Amino acid sequence: MDKSNRVPIEEVKHIAELARIELSSQEEILFTKQLNEILDYFSKINEVDTDDVPPTYHVIDLVNVYREDKIQRSLMDDPLKNAPKKENRYFKSPRIV
Amino acid sequence: MTKLYEMTALEISEDIRNQEVSAEEYLYSLFERIEKFDGKIHAFITVVKDMALKKAREIDSKIRKGERLGRLAGVAVAVKDNICTRGIRTTCSSRMLENFISPYDATVIERLKAADAIILGKTNMDEFAMGTTTETSYFGATHNPWNLSKVPGGSSGGSAAAVISEEATVALGSDTGGSIRCPASYCSTVGLKPTYGLVSRYGLISYANSLEQIGPLTRTVHDCALLLSVIGGHDDKDSTSVKISSKNYMSCLRDDVKGLKIGLPQEFFGEGVEEAVKEPILDAADKFEDLGASCHEISIPTMDYALAAYYIIAMSEASSNLARYDGLRYGYQDDVYEGNFDVVFSKNRKAGFGAEVRRRIILGTYALSAGYFEQYYMKSLKIRTLIRRDFEKAFKHVDLIMGPTMPVLPFDIGERIDDPLQLYMCDILTVPANLTGYPAISVPCGFRNNLPVGLQIMGRPFDEETILRAAYTFEQNTNHHKRRPPL
Repeated sequence: MDKSNRVPIEEVKHIAELARIELSSQEEILFTKQLNEILDYFSKINEVDTDDVPPTYHVIDLVNVYREDKIQRSLMDDPLKNAPKKENRYFKSPRIV
Repeated sequence: MTKLYEMTALEISEDIRNQEVSAEEYLYSLFERIEKFDGKIHAFITVVKDMALKKAREIDSKIRKGERLGRLAGVAVAVKDNICTRGIRTTCSSRMLENFISPYDATVIERLKAADAIILGKTNMDEFAMGTTTETSYFGATHNPWNLSKVPGGSSGGSAAAVISEEATVALGSDTGGSIRCPASYCSTVGLKPTYGLVSRYGLISYANSLEQIGPLTRTVHDCALLLSVIGGHDDKDSTSVKISSKNYMSCLRDDVKGLKIGLPQEFFGEGVEEAVKEPILDAADKFEDLGASCHEISIPTMDYALAAYYIIAMSEASSNLARYDGLRYGYQDDVYEGNFDVVFSKNRKAGFGAEVRRRIILGTYALSAGYFEQYYMKSLKIRTLIRRDFEKAFKHVDLIMGPTMPVLPFDIGERIDDPLQLYMCDILTVPANLTGYPAISVPCGFRNNLPVGLQIMGRPFDEETILRAAYTFEQNTNHHKRRPPL
């Protein structure tokens, strides 16, 4: 694969769609260039032998945390105050289907 | 006489408690500074003058009634704008959250309030903490108080700039890959990234959740220890918070480093690290030897891969953490409100996020996508294990690891912003502490070309005491921390 073109523009468009981010056509060109430069640098990790090395997702051991099923202070209607569009006590959404 | 705005948290809280000054007059002296200088520095996004003055009067009246006050009685704290503050706008320096008013307080804010601190306002940062310069803020860059044409570092640039320009007494920042230590270095403040799990992240708006911690930015090591004592310790609301109760970190502050073994990794002085930065660090190492510590050259062979692994992990986590911003329940919503959910969602995220945030989300999405997951994300997590092992091994022989915080001096605003990779490279010396979870501090250690240089001291997990003791000893025996920018 051409080193400087690891990711073609079509793939950048596709990934942006997956991430639900619209890009202008100028940005598609610029991001493709920058993404390839950055991924080129990232590819140095391939030099490291990681056979039999376990991954570290988190530096501490994570365990499920439970608390007593007791009612605590509620946020009431406060979160609705930040909604751009609402109706009564509901968030108003665009068409989903 | 010392001006009120010049005083440390330790001094001012004592004076307020003893009724030598009122919290209200102290706050007025800070607001005067903000009004005079913040126009050119731009450390703050939001200043809550009325709210803060009201709180100050409450504290003054409590004192007059003889009530017992908390450890931060009246101390004015500037808070990075990615930490939720109830009833105060919390923007993350993003258009996405420009009008977001948090319905709850982060745990660290609850603890500050319980200690009778006063929230002064919210500080500027790189958008969603993604940056090293505070230039990616939707509200415009923060300027370095030492030289207004230079960057203050980032992403907690507003917090560091506010503290060194004496617009705030102390501040909170967050550190995902150096975001407390970098601006601490570039603005000549003390800045600590605590061990992962020591400080609750509840109410910290997530960027890369396995890497970030909230921590203090202050003008003295003592204030750093004081603030950490207040914000540290277990929190039920954060499942990554470790079951350690809060400690009094001030009791470890002794002027004594005799017998301490300090490792200087050769990789921290390698290619890409400017001579102007190396010199003051090596002078600092000499100082520590004079004071009775011993310095040893060590090696962290996997350092070379830390930056790439860090960015892949951070971007992957970011792509997931920032998926919640759809502009529906809160956040930016495009006026053109038509089409299906996907279309509206994509438009909101296009206009609501700046270029760097979108770049990182897209790269993270790529690294997590089918076909690339093993090659990038999983590979990086394995390298993270190797880096951790290297540091564990090093800390069997030394008590602390020391080196520069930043590889280069503060540079011009605009100089690197168009080249993302060049900017990422600035984080090369700070990311290991985030990948390993280890604590690390940056303390003032000199000036070159009238620009500050920060010394980074890293310690074993949950051994903030040794870091703070070394930093305190260095501070007591040097004068760098006494210098103030020519405003």
